Amino acid sequence: MSSYLIKGARVLGGDPADLLLRDGRIAAIGESLSATGAEVLDATGLIALPGLVDLHTHLREPGREDAETVETGSRAAALGGFTAVHAMANTDPVADTAGVVEQVWRLGQEAGLVDVVPVGAVTVGLRGERLAELGAMADSAARVRVFSDDGICVSDPALMRRALEYVKAFDGVVAQHAEEPRLTVGAQMHEGDRSAKLGLTGWPAAAEEAIIARDVLLAQHVGARLHVCHVSTAGSVEILRWAKARGVDVTAEVTPHHLLLTDACAEGYDPVFKVNPPLRTDGDVTALRHGLADGTIDAVATDHAPHAVEDKECEWAQARPGMLGLEQALAIVQDTMVETGLLDWAGVADRMSVRPAAIARLAGHGRPLAPGEPANLVLLDPAARSVVDPAALASRSRNSPYAGRELPGRVVATFLRGVPTVLDGKAQR
Amino acid sequence: MAGSPPAASSSREARGPAAPGALLTAPDVARVVDRMAHQLIEKAANGLADLVLVGIPTRGAPLARRLAARVTAFSGTPIDVGTVDITLYRDDLRLRGVRALEDTVLPAGGIDGRLVVLVDDVLFSGRSVRAALDALRDLGRPRAVQLAVLVDRGHRELPIRADYVGKNVPTSRGQSVRVRLAETDGVDEVRVTEPEEPAAGTTGEAR
Amino acid sequence: MKRHLLEAGDLDRVDATLVLDTAAQIEAALTGREVKKLPTLRGRTVVNLFYEDSTRTRISFELAAKRLSADVINFSAKGSSVSKGESLKDTALTLEAMGSDAIVIRHGASGAPHQLASWVRGSVVNAGDGTHEHPTQALLDAYTIRRRLGRLEGVRVAIVGDVLHSRVARSNVVLLHTLGAEVTLIAPPTLLPVGIGSWPAEVSYDLDAVLPKVDVVMMLRVQAERMTASFFPSAREYSRRYGLDARRMAVLGDEAIVMHPGPMNRGMEIAADVADSVRSTIVEQVGNGVSVRMAVLYLLLGGAPS
Repeated sequence: MSSYLIKGARVLGGDPADLLLRDGRIAAIGESLSATGAEVLDATGLIALPGLVDLHTHLREPGREDAETVETGSRAAALGGFTAVHAMANTDPVADTAGVVEQVWRLGQEAGLVDVVPVGAVTVGLRGERLAELGAMADSAARVRVFSDDGICVSDPALMRRALEYVKAFDGVVAQHAEEPRLTVGAQMHEGDRSAKLGLTGWPAAAEEAIIARDVLLAQHVGARLHVCHVSTAGSVEILRWAKARGVDVTAEVTPHHLLLTDACAEGYDPVFKVNPPLRTDGDVTALRHGLADGTIDAVATDHAPHAVEDKECEWAQARPGMLGLEQALAIVQDTMVETGLLDWAGVADRMSVRPAAIARLAGHGRPLAPGEPANLVLLDPAARSVVDPAALASRSRNSPYAGRELPGRVVATFLRGVPTVLDGKAQR
Repeated sequence: MAGSPPAASSSREARGPAAPGALLTAPDVARVVDRMAHQLIEKAANGLADLVLVGIPTRGAPLARRLAARVTAFSGTPIDVGTVDITLYRDDLRLRGVRALEDTVLPAGGIDGRLVVLVDDVLFSGRSVRAALDALRDLGRPRAVQLAVLVDRGHRELPIRADYVGKNVPTSRGQSVRVRLAETDGVDEVRVTEPEEPAAGTTGEAR
Repeated sequence: MKRHLLEAGDLDRVDATLVLDTAAQIEAALTGREVKKLPTLRGRTVVNLFYEDSTRTRISFELAAKRLSADVINFSAKGSSVSKGESLKDTALTLEAMGSDAIVIRHGASGAPHQLASWVRGSVVNAGDGTHEHPTQALLDAYTIRRRLGRLEGVRVAIVGDVLHSRVARSNVVLLHTLGAEVTLIAPPTLLPVGIGSWPAEVSYDLDAVLPKVDVVMMLRVQAERMTASFFPSAREYSRRYGLDARRMAVLGDEAIVMHPGPMNRGMEIAADVADSVRSTIVEQVGNGVSVRMAVLYLLLGGAPS
């Protein structure tokens, strides 16, 4: 295995240092390192962060390989600086058995660009009726620890309680898509001034907040871990802050798009901006940024949701919800959190790598950049700026809400256990 | 001057009085209208009773009213007046863009069996007259239709000629003939402008 | 005028007045004529693309286009390639390839006309999209009010009923406000959208308190199935609290008029004797619809923007 000597990278945005990667690990960090036979990478001006970990990715395989595959999604992830992604369970067939999660895990291994960690469904077929074989998935080769019916809320409170309790046996966590379904029948966008004007059925903030409030109480009651997917409202941040203050073992994620975009995007009825939970208001965006900054929200997760053209070039109400996120996630976080002074690069590493890996109990990821640790890292150029061109994305789909938008930062290189998956901004396989 | 329009030119100073160099000044316009009124009386040998003067907006409408007033003054016979808006009958909408519609008003008895004299300010390509003829066809069946224009500037694109012409004005195709009337523009005058000259307000451009 | 008419907000006061004035001129020009047809849009093709059944609106647009001598193609979702799953975009591009100059679209999805307008070069007229807008209905309502009352400035209009699901209400609030009228929306709170506070209109839950003060009462259709979703307890209770019957009509001012965009639920939101009274403009609205739609088609299609 070849070794790499990275010269002059600013680790977590600190002073420049050299990093020697050898045998899949960080062999040394220091000034003016040299190593015979190592490939030398000039990283002057670049920032080194631990490889990013996404808790929330839709890779669409099996079932919708026309929208994304494990391989194309892995490539998009690597280009975005990720070394591990969690593949959501809402595939066809649903990832609700050991067989399906192992298949996805194996496809990820074959692609070899990121660690693809399957998320198991909480209930059989995501139907919210009875628990899937959670233990079998946990014990499988995929070692599933995160369970979610994402896209569908586990709305039955008794079933949710059982799921929270049951996964304690293998230190699992239920990642809840918080949406009270009776309050969001036919919902198309955030319910407020703009939905009233646009005549699109509203998705009230209370439908998210009510479930989060219920679930933190349930989690506390049964002493279980709870993870809340894609928090989108100021009220949710408040409830999470309250729950954490009470000592509830709850974690939460926010998506890049909820940190940047608002329901104003719906005004042209372009379904590329349709997403679930929906884009909210300026006030929500501000609260989410501050919640992420103060740690109330633990992680940024992309909710990368590729969709085929025909599922997006149609009427808003018929369009599928979701947007691409992997390749622009770091840029959005730089734009909304770093350049606003809310988070430093160490904070970015914490929210995009350390904490998500900890939530998912993922060994080998989210580790400090220190000698002896696995060489999972990303080098980014914070000074670069570029305009997003959906046609240039590695994802098989084109539904990027950032098309035409100028964003900061560029992922120059990504290393997975010492092997470059991205070099000079290009995927290596 | 009996034929002078009532508009107070002092209150319309902003639009400017007739500058020197006008082809027709206000007294000229009044004289021309008087002559056309006499011609109408002569030609309408069958009697003025079935005559209707129908103006083509914008400036044909006040012209028709003036002409009718002069015919009445000279003959003692009251004359019916109407207007026919031709906007919806034009064949050049695509080129010229939409414009606000103007009134179409006909005498209470309609135009069936009557002598209709269309009145317009300038006769140029003839397309406005064609549109007016099409509009008349949808409005009734006159006994005959004639045409009266203040200025004939030539360059016809259709087999149309005027029965009453106030003044023949030889022009080149690139020139514009601008008619201004007191009722619409604050002053009576006719002038020929060269293409490079900026248009002086919204004046009656030859169509 | 913009190239499309997608929502009432596309019209500023000047444009909206131009539409109403043009409609009045067209109506005057055609009144009493033997030949109710103008050659204005000869050679132009107007497509009525209807994804929802609406005989009333489709016929009105069809008549408007035909009276202006346009060629009219009716393309209804039933029995066409649409039911075989062709996308709106493919349908739009097909129609354009066939040479359509304007597409009049009725669609169950809010915003479908906006999307259509981004795909075609010709003009798009929204003939009702989902629960969003129905701008030509608002224009014909404004036209009807102006004809009856002689003005729009300062006219007090009550719009009563299912505002939440009503595209007619949305368009009317915007257009009537643009034209200087004062709108009050009256409905049970369940049938008013969250966010209505940002609309240029007053809101009331009490029909009886508002009625004596208005010049126009516009009743909206209330679908009985709303009852099953608990927007209100029963048709009887709705009718009792928000229906317009003879007793309520009696408190209206002498000149006040009663409007309804149709189709009516007689006995639900409006009593039969009210619908058929002299105050009612319901039949008149239908006739005015043709004139207003002629004006819209003329102004959008008459020529290049000047």
